[in-house]
Amino acid sequence: MSTPTPPTSTEGAGPFHAGSAAVLQSTRSEMTRTVVVAPVTEAETTVEAEPRRNTATLKPKDIARTIGSALAAISLTWLFYTQILALSGVLGFIVIAFVLHVLLFGLITATDSPAPIVRDRMVSVVIHSAAVVLMFALAMIVGYTVYRGLDALPHKNFFTQDMSNAGPLDPLTVGGVLHAFVGSMIMITIALIVTIPLGITCAVYLVEFPGAAARFVQTIVEAMTALPSIIAGLFIYATLIITLGFPKSGFAASMAISVMMLPIIIRASVVVIRLVPGTLKEASYALGSSHWKTVWTVVLPTARSGLATAVILGTARGIGETSPVLLTAGFTTALNWNPFNGPMVSLPLLTFKLVGSPEQAFITRGFGAAVVLLAVVFVLFIVARLIGGRGPGHQSKRAARKSASLSAKDIARIEKAMAPVLTTGAVPVNGAHT
Amino acid sequence: MSQTLIDQLAGPPPVEDPDQARPISHQLHGSDRTFRGVARLSAIIVLTIMGFIGVFLAYRGFEALRRDGIWKFITTQAWFPEANHFGIAAVIPNGIFIALVAIVFAIPLAVGTALYISEYAPGRVRSTLIAMVDLMAAVPSVVYGIWGLFLFQGHAANFARWIATYFSWIPIFKVTGFNPHDPLGTITLFTSSSFIAGMVVGLMITPSICSISREVFTRAPDGEREGALALGATKWGMIRSVVLPYGRGGVIGGTMLGLGRALGETIAVVLIISPIYFRNAQILHNGTNSVSALIANKYGEASSFATSALMAAGLSLFLLTLAVNFGASSIVARSRSGASGDA
Repeated sequence: MSTPTPPTSTEGAGPFHAGSAAVLQSTRSEMTRTVVVAPVTEAETTVEAEPRRNTATLKPKDIARTIGSALAAISLTWLFYTQILALSGVLGFIVIAFVLHVLLFGLITATDSPAPIVRDRMVSVVIHSAAVVLMFALAMIVGYTVYRGLDALPHKNFFTQDMSNAGPLDPLTVGGVLHAFVGSMIMITIALIVTIPLGITCAVYLVEFPGAAARFVQTIVEAMTALPSIIAGLFIYATLIITLGFPKSGFAASMAISVMMLPIIIRASVVVIRLVPGTLKEASYALGSSHWKTVWTVVLPTARSGLATAVILGTARGIGETSPVLLTAGFTTALNWNPFNGPMVSLPLLTFKLVGSPEQAFITRGFGAAVVLLAVVFVLFIVARLIGGRGPGHQSKRAARKSASLSAKDIARIEKAMAPVLTTGAVPVNGAHT
Repeated sequence: MSQTLIDQLAGPPPVEDPDQARPISHQLHGSDRTFRGVARLSAIIVLTIMGFIGVFLAYRGFEALRRDGIWKFITTQAWFPEANHFGIAAVIPNGIFIALVAIVFAIPLAVGTALYISEYAPGRVRSTLIAMVDLMAAVPSVVYGIWGLFLFQGHAANFARWIATYFSWIPIFKVTGFNPHDPLGTITLFTSSSFIAGMVVGLMITPSICSISREVFTRAPDGEREGALALGATKWGMIRSVVLPYGRGGVIGGTMLGLGRALGETIAVVLIISPIYFRNAQILHNGTNSVSALIANKYGEASSFATSALMAAGLSLFLLTLAVNFGASSIVARSRSGASGDA
């Protein structure tokens, strides 16, 4: 507090001015003379004469300049576009306007700041815009899909019928996506039945039995995480359908989805299981429990929320995949509850097929199916966020109550078992020992 | 009460000689042995499935490769399996063009957003943005595809024409048959191109590159950041001299993982492109293809030999992405950032 903060170089102007330096000098000499008589208050009052610096990263000046140069850039681009060059196209306009904006902003900043600060400000504008562009793209993608699907969604039949009665010229009041929704759910359920036990057990193996073998498996799994999903489909098509003679069915599609999801779930689970604190495991071993008991009662429960997140995010990826299903499920317009017999369709596959149609009503239904798919993915995503909010070892209130009651039961059990010892005067022996 | 209990449990001191080592056996018993067996078995199953993918594709594709000859398969630009005239010399380079366009658009967006999240964003914005980027990664590819087909393509084609008008002196932006002074020149020359497909795929892979980059950027040591700032660096100076060098390995690795995904992306590409079977290096020009789009378009062909040819093409894509992924993970593992993000 007794020394003023040195000027940072991000601050353009405003170096030490002579006045404040002089004040500082006088304070120092004061302090050396009167060591005992409360120099602190005097020092504080003199230093406070300097105005408090604004440490905010975003300064009003910069905001004003950003807005100003943005307006200037848009006007200039408009001039170029419509008056001088006579161009067309929204994207080109945005690109030119953006480049001009960055240049103008740099130019304005250069009027009162040295080169490093100009560079800093220009890069800052570019980085901020990257984030804005990405968010804008996300909003556009979701917003446009919902906007185009909006016509199909208000009709109740869209959620309660399949497409078997909807001819090419039928209005939106006939036909729906129920068969695709049911198909998606059946496929993902079978895929989860396969991948959850296999994936989590394999992840446990990779963490709990380290060694050359585990490293090898881990390398393979990591390389497979980015396996093109169409290859997963092609693999199941080559094995189950061509070689083993299975029909194209929901089961084959769910196997293809499983192959695609498995590495994703394993990799995410390994990350989560690694985070379980070693001290917890050691405590378990120290109490004499076996390896298996430790994994089952300590490692997996501790990592539970993270594992759930891993599985749910894997599910969101699996449910949205089109290409494995395209190769293995066949296509049908009718509702089919049997995954082992007859073709089955999923939401992304239905979207893909419908938007390829020339009929406007079909395209609208396709967007509607995409909206339903997006809704499913969003719900999964939000559930994953809610569950995954806690790190390993942090219990929810309910879990804490449960483990407290379990501990109470344990104490009761131990006390009951120890009761004869306690009553038959073992205490003196112990007392003598301590 | 509990204190006496603990005292009780501690019991009298052990009587036997404390220097005597207890016999320790490495033999696993009962449940532990079963546990190890089951865990190993699951790892073996996973490994088998993963190994089987390559083996089976090679096995099924072998028939086509044998009849065609590997060299001919690699160098032929056509896809007529019935006429015994097919190869991947068109689809692989075209697919790589799409992936490269995707990477060129994705890197600045992803790294910029990652820097914004790790260096600039205030607390609440940061967590919201992280969630949004994760959400963007979870949006199904078919949704990107229909957005690209119905909304984005029109704007992007105009943009492509604009580029072709002013930058056609750069070889990759050349478009044969385009005359900028022809007022009747049609825009269809610029639709369904590698450029447009690549931009859409670029948006799809941006979230995964972004989350890996963000993770390595936030791990840049605070001491070095503060050191740079204390020496008078601006924020950008600090980022350039501390954060970016620290995160370089992660960014490169993440980019290569994105490249792998871009090479294998199917549905968005199929929806946007108009398939051709010769190499088209003019990225703005209508018509392109990739291995995955080829498979998705042609898998329905009846003959088993055509299927075998597709398997061979699938194998080539599989090997290509595998090579890219291995490269990516070894770069990430060797770099100082040494971080592995979850894509």
